[in-house]
Amino acid sequence: MNFDFTAEAPKLMMLLYGVIAFAAVVGLLLLVLDVLPARKDRWIALGLLAPAGLLLLVGLIVPAIRTMVLAFMNADSSEFVGLENFRWMFTDKNSGMLPDFSTDPVQYGVLLSTLLWVLLVPTVSTAVGLVYAVMVDRARFESFAKSLIFMPMAISFVGAGIIWKFVYEYRQEGSEQIGLLNQFVVALGGTPQQWLLDGPWNTLFLIVVLVWIQAGFSMVVLSAAIKAIPADIVEAAHIDGVTPWQMFWRVTIPSIRPALVVVLVTISIGTLKVFDIVRTMTGGQFGTSVVANEMYTYSFRADEKGKGAALAVLLFLFVIPIVIYQVRLMRRRRLEGAR
Amino acid sequence: MSTGTETVLAAPDAEVPPTVAGRVRKKLTSRTASAVSLVIALLWTVPTIGVLVSSIRPEDEIKSNGWWNFFANPQFTLENYEQVLFGSRSASGGLAGYFINSLVITIPSVLFPLAFCALAAYALAWTRFRGRDWIYIAIFALQIVPLQMALIPLLSFFNYGVSLGGVQLLPAWDLDGPAKFITVWFAHTCFALPLGIFLLHNFMAQLPGDLVEAARVDGASHAKIFRSVVLPLIVPALASFAIFQFLWVWNDLLVALIFAGGPKNAPLTVRLAELAGNRGNEWQRLTAAAFVSIIVPLAVFLSLQRYFVRGLLAGSVKG
Repeated sequence: MNFDFTAEAPKLMMLLYGVIAFAAVVGLLLLVLDVLPARKDRWIALGLLAPAGLLLLVGLIVPAIRTMVLAFMNADSSEFVGLENFRWMFTDKNSGMLPDFSTDPVQYGVLLSTLLWVLLVPTVSTAVGLVYAVMVDRARFESFAKSLIFMPMAISFVGAGIIWKFVYEYRQEGSEQIGLLNQFVVALGGTPQQWLLDGPWNTLFLIVVLVWIQAGFSMVVLSAAIKAIPADIVEAAHIDGVTPWQMFWRVTIPSIRPALVVVLVTISIGTLKVFDIVRTMTGGQFGTSVVANEMYTYSFRADEKGKGAALAVLLFLFVIPIVIYQVRLMRRRRLEGAR
Repeated sequence: MSTGTETVLAAPDAEVPPTVAGRVRKKLTSRTASAVSLVIALLWTVPTIGVLVSSIRPEDEIKSNGWWNFFANPQFTLENYEQVLFGSRSASGGLAGYFINSLVITIPSVLFPLAFCALAAYALAWTRFRGRDWIYIAIFALQIVPLQMALIPLLSFFNYGVSLGGVQLLPAWDLDGPAKFITVWFAHTCFALPLGIFLLHNFMAQLPGDLVEAARVDGASHAKIFRSVVLPLIVPALASFAIFQFLWVWNDLLVALIFAGGPKNAPLTVRLAELAGNRGNEWQRLTAAAFVSIIVPLAVFLSLQRYFVRGLLAGSVKG
């Protein structure tokens, strides 16, 4: 045992300072609010919003604007280069962004890989979550059964990456397999595969991991939506003698459509930014890299700030339609609420 | 709305299908339903069980045969855990230190956003001023903006400060040693605000307006209303946001990689990702290390699942 506990003391002191600072800040804020003249809502609101607003400005809004500017600059941000970074991204053969179907195995390239993630993860995890939610609805042990699927949500992407890397572990043909998947393959008479190394399928095996994490989310939200379907609709359908199959497609699905949309959108946004899984399991090698991983590599490993910023902007461009849609929805709701 | 996991409806299906065929069909579907859900449940739990079982097997057992052999030939050891927690860093140990880093990063990164979000959400829900709705919508929209958009400039803000046209407006933060944690707290706090304000606002806006109005008529200040009327009522909402934020920060890799700096301040996730890269074949350590990092969020999650689900539903269905 050569672990030195005294070496950890300064960190714990830091934690203590942090907590004290927290208490001081909150106490001070409440004190100031008490003293302020209570007549004018505007001043109170300003005081309440100031800390959050300031942090948002410094930590999110100004940096986001800076990133948009950096995307049009060169590697060390000293020179304006126009659309060069985007030209590189979309037309340069060596950027690794574009698909190359002439090689064997085919290279998806970063852009197409990311698209594959964004198409597959939301649909598959929503489908799994929905099926499971319907299947266990009103079953015995329902809450226990749900907890099982839901549990991966508490596990970090890094942890999940390791868990699945272990499932995919490869040992040479003939020797005993220690990975579950290859054990299955061997038991069925096949030859063991290097699931994470061999393109182009390795991307799919990474996608499985995120589906595994996200299915719990869709299951919980959809299950709540299913339970909220008015009983008389279900009753009426029963009296009409529908089969379970018809019930699912004609009653359940239409009733939970809003929840379905929310789940799909939320998971899509999350998937777009996937980074940890790729980083942990393959490091982005073997043709498995995605936009968020390249963004990290170019910005913080390769010192190519221009390209990194351009990749971040690309991620942002993908979500802009969703932002606009959500804001319109929100405004409509606020207006309805005001009436 | 019911909160999903806590609702177990008692009566499965009271009515009996009228025909024999109907009964058979019903039985068949319920049997396929059970089979399908069982397969899914297995797929979702077995990989984790595999890692847990492996972490308590001796090294040469892990490396020579599959973890499922444990059940036929159980051999138990805690050596892997001792090694990864307290062994030297060069031998992929020292996880206890990273564990403390994770704690030091996570606790303030949960507390600060909790307070700031609650205050801001109160202002947006219960004070009246012009432009309130626009501020709320803007914060709502920020939720979706990728984190990646902020990373490069925020790092240079910490490292070089702010200068405009050669004039240094703000100095670099110049933190090292344990003080470097401050930048991580700062980053996590900023990134948590949009979702937090949105979530807490949803809860606060649902409180009965009469309650706040009555207190106003009695002459209570906003600070007083916030403290003694609103705060006690939104404790469940605070709990669910706190759990969210806890899981998010504890499990985060990207922010920690960029802002925490070297191994002295890095949390478990960073170390784990590093181990998976460098020592991908030392499964005896990887599995134990993975479990050390999983156990805390899992415990928090399982004990407070109710609040977590409630927050999830408030944040997504209503959004």
